[in-house]
Amino acid sequence: MSGSQVEGFQIGEYRYGFHEPERYVYKAPRGLTRETVLHISEMKGEPAWMRDLRLRAFDLFLRKPMPTWGADLSKVDFAAIHYYVRPTERPGRSWEDLPEEIRRTFDRLGIPEAEKKFLAGIGAQYESEMVYHSLRENLRRQGVVFLDMDSGLREFPELVREYFGTVVPPGDNKFAALNTAVWSGGSFIYVPKGVSVEVPLQAYFRINARAMGQFERTLIIADEGSFVHYIEGCTAPIYSEDSLHAAVVEIIVKRGARVRYTTIQNWSTNVYNLVTKRAVAEEEATMEWVDGNIGSKVTMKYPAVILKGRGAKAEILSVALAGRGQHIDAGAKVIHLAPDTASHVVSKSISHSGGRSTYRGLVRVVRGAVGVKNAVRCDALILDEDSRSDTYPHIDVEEPDAQLGHEATVSRIGDEQLFYLRSRGLRESEAVALLVRGFIEPVVRELPMEYAVELNRLIELQMEGSVG
Amino acid sequence: MASVDLLVKGLRVGIQGKEILRGIDLSLRRGEIHALLGPNGSGKSTLAYVLMGHPAYEVVAGEIRLFGEDIRGLDPDERARRGLFLAFQYPAEVPGVALSNFLRTALSAIREQPLPPLQFYKTLHQRLESLGMDPGFADRAVNEGFSGGEKKRSEILQMSLLQPKIAILDEIDSGLDIDALRVVANEVRRMADEGVGILVITHYQRILEYLKPDLAHVMIQGRIVRSGGPDLVRELEAAGYDAFRTEAVEAVA
Ligand SMILES: Nc1ncnc2c1ncn2[C@@H]1O[C@H](COP(=O)(O)OP(=O)(O)OP(=O)(O)O)[C@@H](O)[C@H]1O
Ligand SMILES: [Mg+2]
Repeated sequence: MSGSQVEGFQIGEYRYGFHEPERYVYKAPRGLTRETVLHISEMKGEPAWMRDLRLRAFDLFLRKPMPTWGADLSKVDFAAIHYYVRPTERPGRSWEDLPEEIRRTFDRLGIPEAEKKFLAGIGAQYESEMVYHSLRENLRRQGVVFLDMDSGLREFPELVREYFGTVVPPGDNKFAALNTAVWSGGSFIYVPKGVSVEVPLQAYFRINARAMGQFERTLIIADEGSFVHYIEGCTAPIYSEDSLHAAVVEIIVKRGARVRYTTIQNWSTNVYNLVTKRAVAEEEATMEWVDGNIGSKVTMKYPAVILKGRGAKAEILSVALAGRGQHIDAGAKVIHLAPDTASHVVSKSISHSGGRSTYRGLVRVVRGAVGVKNAVRCDALILDEDSRSDTYPHIDVEEPDAQLGHEATVSRIGDEQLFYLRSRGLRESEAVALLVRGFIEPVVRELPMEYAVELNRLIELQMEGSVG
Repeated sequence: MASVDLLVKGLRVGIQGKEILRGIDLSLRRGEIHALLGPNGSGKSTLAYVLMGHPAYEVVAGEIRLFGEDIRGLDPDERARRGLFLAFQYPAEVPGVALSNFLRTALSAIREQPLPPLQFYKTLHQRLESLGMDPGFADRAVNEGFSGGEKKRSEILQMSLLQPKIAILDEIDSGLDIDALRVVANEVRRMADEGVGILVITHYQRILEYLKPDLAHVMIQGRIVRSGGPDLVRELEAAGYDAFRTEAVEAVA
């Protein structure tokens, strides 16, 4: 079964387009008002400061203009979205606790299996709430905190209040404001000093309802000398109506700590994915974003690192695949605020079947940040005449001794390469898939094996039927 | 007479309106080795490409039959699955794809079923060893940064694993050192003895001394002007192509 045409179009095969019946505890009506914002806050029983922050952010959201650069957002219909959907009364302690349709969904997505096999903890979000959360006992004993954001706010109010909105302020952009107003779910992680979480933590975000808005909020604090690898995945059903996903992720990497944040974004092609992700790296800290964008109708996402402490490092690796009807506008931002900071950006994009991918990058080096090193490499692969790729690297340097490197290539699949592979028995689609796999290998090799296999498989599925 | 496994008859081939092959006849059986010699630009690689199904070349006239089947309309991968193999004069690079991974993909594609990894790696390592290659070689990206000789060995390794029925080897000997040449020639000889039909394109007598081809053909300007036994190769080595060029001109006249 390929080229399935279940409401809305989909090229290749999207195996996650199914949906389950809606039996929810609460579902907000379409559209966003001040009352909805207040209602969300009330239902969550939040402290007043959070409610006030939401209201302030709501005003900012109304006032802020839509971005006029990047992807086409003119069809985003804020009035059509459901801004809050509560699937269950409370999170389950075990998968068995969950309503059947939710459990079935996560089973089909292979989440409980992954939890058993290779994860230290997992959070599963369904619509607006995390419905299941787990963390290995040995990590809990070491003081690692891995909770849904709502529980984080309840159990660690001081810590949340200290950091929430400091990396991505409510007025950062229209969608960050929206998220701050209506956020729900997401992860809260605290890793104590010197603790290394050797096995990844994962969160999975699932949209099930039609015209859904999902606004999870994630805050990660890695204390001095600690390490954590957080992985997120996401999928949604295929509907003819659009959904909206506007997350905010804030990460604080303290002195000497290292955080790796990996995303495998596989939304269905009726989802607007407009996400703000930013990290602050203190002295000698390392922040790594590994970002795979396969799905969505439109993505605008530019993982950022603010290198605030001397010797801090950033690594931003991304893969984007844009097929029919998709525009992936992604990139990376690095702000070098301190001396001897280093950053490395690798972006690989593939456009096929009329899809469009854009790399939008920013490298800034402020006055006083001496001894900065930066290297940007972006490679675009365009598979056919209807597809498109653009690169907008922006460089803004105030220190003349900064060592900057920028390399960009745009390529097509060579006839001689294709003939060579086909002479070895590979069908055209298999040959193209292998060449694509080779093209993204420098990023994919950074993923844990299970995810590398998964990403390659997702790309192959999406591209099925797009060539030959 | 045993049936001809690869039959080429009256083959005329052009590219961008320019005729390159101007009537080629060839009959190759499994287990035979044929040598194809000819000056630079005479059309040897073009013939190899056309037999493998390169889409850029246009077959203007003539036939290509593999085991009796007309394969002119088949894609290169369909030809490969029927047992045809081409070792390239200039093999393409495939960045980011390890040779081992490529070989497993190719083998699965040709057999039309996936190969259990353990079995595959065992065979791969045996082949690497018998070709005197480092086990780590297969971890490198296909042809990327390979030396001239490494590329040729990699082509032979591929042939050895894919086990074709008919193989065309386009200058498999160029760039090989003396020891590598012997190893490669032995492997080609072994495969021929196991029943693979081989068309070896070369400029040098040395590999032919190892291979002892059943027949040699001389191609000049898109035509095979002479076919013969070992004497032909010796004659060529002694006198060069000039005498044959005259023959070619006479043939046209
Ligand atoms: N794609 C092409 N476009 C234009 N001309 C071509 C193309 N391919 C081959 N030719 C021409 O066809 C002729 C035969 O080339 P071919 O590569 O088959 O020669 P060859 O006998 O293999 O030579 P060598 O011994 O140098 O490898 C040459 O004149 C070459 O320039
Ligand atoms: Mg040649």
